[in-house]
Amino acid sequence: MTISRRTLLTTATAATALPLVRARAQTPSLKIGVLNDQSGPYMNTGGATSVACTKQAVEEFANAQGMKVEVISADHQNKPDLAVSITRQWFDRDGVDMLLDVPTSSVALALQSVAREKNKVYINSGAASSTLTGEQCSPNFIHWTYDTWMLAKSTGGAMVKAGGDSWYFLTADYAFGKQLQADTSALIKASGGKVLGAAQYPFPGTSDFSSFLVQAQSSGAKVLGLANAGADTVNSIKQANEFGVNRSMKVAALLMFITDVHVLGLDTAKGLNLTESFYWDLNDRTRAFTKRVLPKTPTNYPNMDHAGCYSATLHYLKVAHDMGVAEAKKSGVETVARMKKMPVEDDCFGKTQIREDGRNLTPSFLFEVKQPSESKGPWDYFKLVASTPGDEAYRPLADGHCSIVKA
Amino acid sequence: MIMIFGIPGPLLFGQLLLGLINGAFYAMLSLGLAVIFGMLNIINFAHGALFMMGSFAAWMLLNYLGIGYFPALILSPVIIGIFGIVMEKTVISRLYKLDHLYGLLLTFGLSLVIEGLFRNYYGSSGLPYQIPSVLQGATNLGFMFLPIYRGWVVLAALVVCFATWFAIEKTSLGATLRAATENAPLVQAFGVDVPRLITLTYGGGVALAAFAGVLAAPIYSVNPNMGDNFINTVFAVVVIGGMGSILGSILTGFGLGVVEGLTKVFYPEASATVVFLVMVIVLLTLPHGLFGKRA
Amino acid sequence: MFGFSRPQWIGFLAMVALIVVCPYVLYPVFLMRVLCAALFACSFNLMIGYVGLLSFGQAAFFGMGSYVTAWTMKFWHVDAVIAIALGGATGAVLGVCLGYLAIRRSGIYFAMITLALAQMVYFFCLEAPFTGGEDGIQQVPRGHLLGFINLNDDMAIYWVVAAVFISGFLLIHRIIHSPFGQVLKAIRENEPRATSLGYRTDDYKLIAFTLSCMLAGVAGGTKAIVFGIATLTDVHYSTSGEVVLTTLLGGLGTVFGPVMGAVVVSAMENYLAQFGSWVTVTQGAIFVVCVLAFRRGIVGEFGAWRKLAL
Repeated sequence: MTISRRTLLTTATAATALPLVRARAQTPSLKIGVLNDQSGPYMNTGGATSVACTKQAVEEFANAQGMKVEVISADHQNKPDLAVSITRQWFDRDGVDMLLDVPTSSVALALQSVAREKNKVYINSGAASSTLTGEQCSPNFIHWTYDTWMLAKSTGGAMVKAGGDSWYFLTADYAFGKQLQADTSALIKASGGKVLGAAQYPFPGTSDFSSFLVQAQSSGAKVLGLANAGADTVNSIKQANEFGVNRSMKVAALLMFITDVHVLGLDTAKGLNLTESFYWDLNDRTRAFTKRVLPKTPTNYPNMDHAGCYSATLHYLKVAHDMGVAEAKKSGVETVARMKKMPVEDDCFGKTQIREDGRNLTPSFLFEVKQPSESKGPWDYFKLVASTPGDEAYRPLADGHCSIVKA
Repeated sequence: MIMIFGIPGPLLFGQLLLGLINGAFYAMLSLGLAVIFGMLNIINFAHGALFMMGSFAAWMLLNYLGIGYFPALILSPVIIGIFGIVMEKTVISRLYKLDHLYGLLLTFGLSLVIEGLFRNYYGSSGLPYQIPSVLQGATNLGFMFLPIYRGWVVLAALVVCFATWFAIEKTSLGATLRAATENAPLVQAFGVDVPRLITLTYGGGVALAAFAGVLAAPIYSVNPNMGDNFINTVFAVVVIGGMGSILGSILTGFGLGVVEGLTKVFYPEASATVVFLVMVIVLLTLPHGLFGKRA
Repeated sequence: MFGFSRPQWIGFLAMVALIVVCPYVLYPVFLMRVLCAALFACSFNLMIGYVGLLSFGQAAFFGMGSYVTAWTMKFWHVDAVIAIALGGATGAVLGVCLGYLAIRRSGIYFAMITLALAQMVYFFCLEAPFTGGEDGIQQVPRGHLLGFINLNDDMAIYWVVAAVFISGFLLIHRIIHSPFGQVLKAIRENEPRATSLGYRTDDYKLIAFTLSCMLAGVAGGTKAIVFGIATLTDVHYSTSGEVVLTTLLGGLGTVFGPVMGAVVVSAMENYLAQFGSWVTVTQGAIFVVCVLAFRRGIVGEFGAWRKLAL
């Protein structure tokens, strides 16, 4: 059969448009993929600001050292299967070397095996579940910024010490909420307190907590523990105020970021206790960092998730530079091992150490939200109540049952 | 303290009261839906998005124009009602001759577009809206603290529902509307401008949703997903009540709110799903719902 | 034997050719996602296109198939064939149970009952321990097929998925072009008439429903093995909505419509994932445009233009 010239031409043109072979770069370059929720309930927690902070780190280090680094991002919409799909593509086709951020514990867990299978680097700043460095730990993985155990110890432990020895939980009925409730309950009991009950509400989709709050009030507990996050936390707090719960009980927002306080407003959030491992106004170094990154994220001051992205990227780039970029690209396990060996230091968290199970030992700070009259400027929201150094803030290594830790 | 089924009496009554408050929202929203379905035969899946827009309109009025809550109660329904009319005239009216299915799909698509756009510009965390100062505070009823604002919500809902029911069932305008849906050409032959009547009715249904949105703004944070949280339950309410029945939606709305409240006491995890259980049972036994009169 | 007309045979061969060639050019995992979505859409099309019943709850069968296959692969280490078959069986059994309740009504009430029943299945999946709640069932091994084909290789599993899809596709068309299929068509055109001719229409509808659900279960199970994960998204009503969108966009009641719809929707989601909420907006806009102007869907419009029945 003769092929017409037209067919030949169109086929040839089409063929050149197809990505048959990935173009080889002259100098090896690194690619970082920031995967988080950019449109849903955790949009302000991570979102575009995480990307901005990652790019900030790239600018500060890589450009100064002449390294070629590219940052891409995507929205996982809190869906584990979409995240798996995007990540596979990133690793297989797009040459991504490091996966970063990934809030939402269910998504975070799902990506453990993908990163391990493809032998890439996976650093999580946004998710909470402490099993990421426990039963689900992986040699390709570092949990950078915080986790449920640390939140429980800091907020839970401190509340009990302050006299809150009876608790009632309002819990998002999924893995994260249950984990947070479990970790906190264990600590409460260990400190001699009691858990009087818990209301587990359907997640997602619940916006009215009034009936659960009424139950909490009638339980007579001294503390209302909110084992939820994002929009749920914001709503629970608003409604707790409405129903006068905050008059008879202390409200402990077990996971809350400064970005949530901003949404709530000081009038509603005043007096609340929460734990973060970073606050922009904590010391001179954090203030300097914030000043540098603020032009790139005009609507949000950085919270601990964002700071974690910056810090993790900076450390990764330092290690990659040390190893040589080509080596760093080859094996995620090797790179992560080097990252654990090299001590971490930056403007956000100061000096920290990454433990064998992948846990970065950041300090934890217990904050109280200021009264409106105490706030002197934009985003001046917190006063420091207590702080725990990194090596005490997290679950002891042995209790995690992490398989890569040599007993 | 009296104990009923092992639950302290005060707690039970408190939950029933709260259920009634939720029921008020369900009633208002399903009323709008029922009006639109009953009069127009359109299954308006966009109702949740319009409710959300009503809330946002109130927020925007406050934050961009400094207009407070009480004026917003009137302005927001008007604005969103006009938007609804525009939607009806341009898009929805083309579907009247087609199967129900297409109306459902179209309005579902519209809701995705509206919610997606709002999510892009305003994020998902929710925007704060303060309870107006005259309605702040709570009264101690003995068995619970009832926030005054919530009491106001129930009152406003009852008034609005009653007014709508009255307008449709008891006034001549309502009678004309009902006649127009049964036999439009005949009513048109009498000189009544039927298409305009239908358009205004759609606008009215939308306005009801927006009104509910303004009422909801101080309680739930104003966020693009607030419609989603309600829409499934509200649909169930309408179906259970009978798809064209105004009275059915009102009674079922309040009733289901109470049922949901009770479920929250005994088995909280199921509270989001009990509505569907009821819907299945009702549909299997009474095909047209509790008060339904048309297929 | 499948009742394909000549244009349809050409279309079928073109489709098979594309299935064979594409993995060498495009990313195989993406293509497998398309194939699973296409199978799911085809099963949905069986119900809406040929029986005339719009089910808003197909995610229940897709998702349960996904969970069962994932669970049996991960904890019982069965052969992939058995796991997928179990997924399909789950879909079928659930289909019979839920269908029995839903078939009694028709039209909008049928749609609402299926939605409500699917919501209850969702709730069950949320609470039942074996599904892993919001984490889902993760790290599902790819395992082996028939004992010797190692599915960890992307290309190997691709051929398996392609085979599953083509078999499902042909099965549906075998069903349609059979005496059973003719009765279904009669029921869709005029149910009272069919009843008066002595056919027990409810039984026919139920069988069609069950078959549709079985294939949805197979699609779900296959997807679970490819991606190694089964989550609540699979049973969520947005998945039900998505399959409606896919079939509508491609062309309700056409042979290749669902496949085309799956290609477009998957590509769109893939491409737009970086733009956040624009995916939702675009999906909504497509719905609106399709319903208003494009009711026959891509394949339907193309067929009308070329005067072919595709």
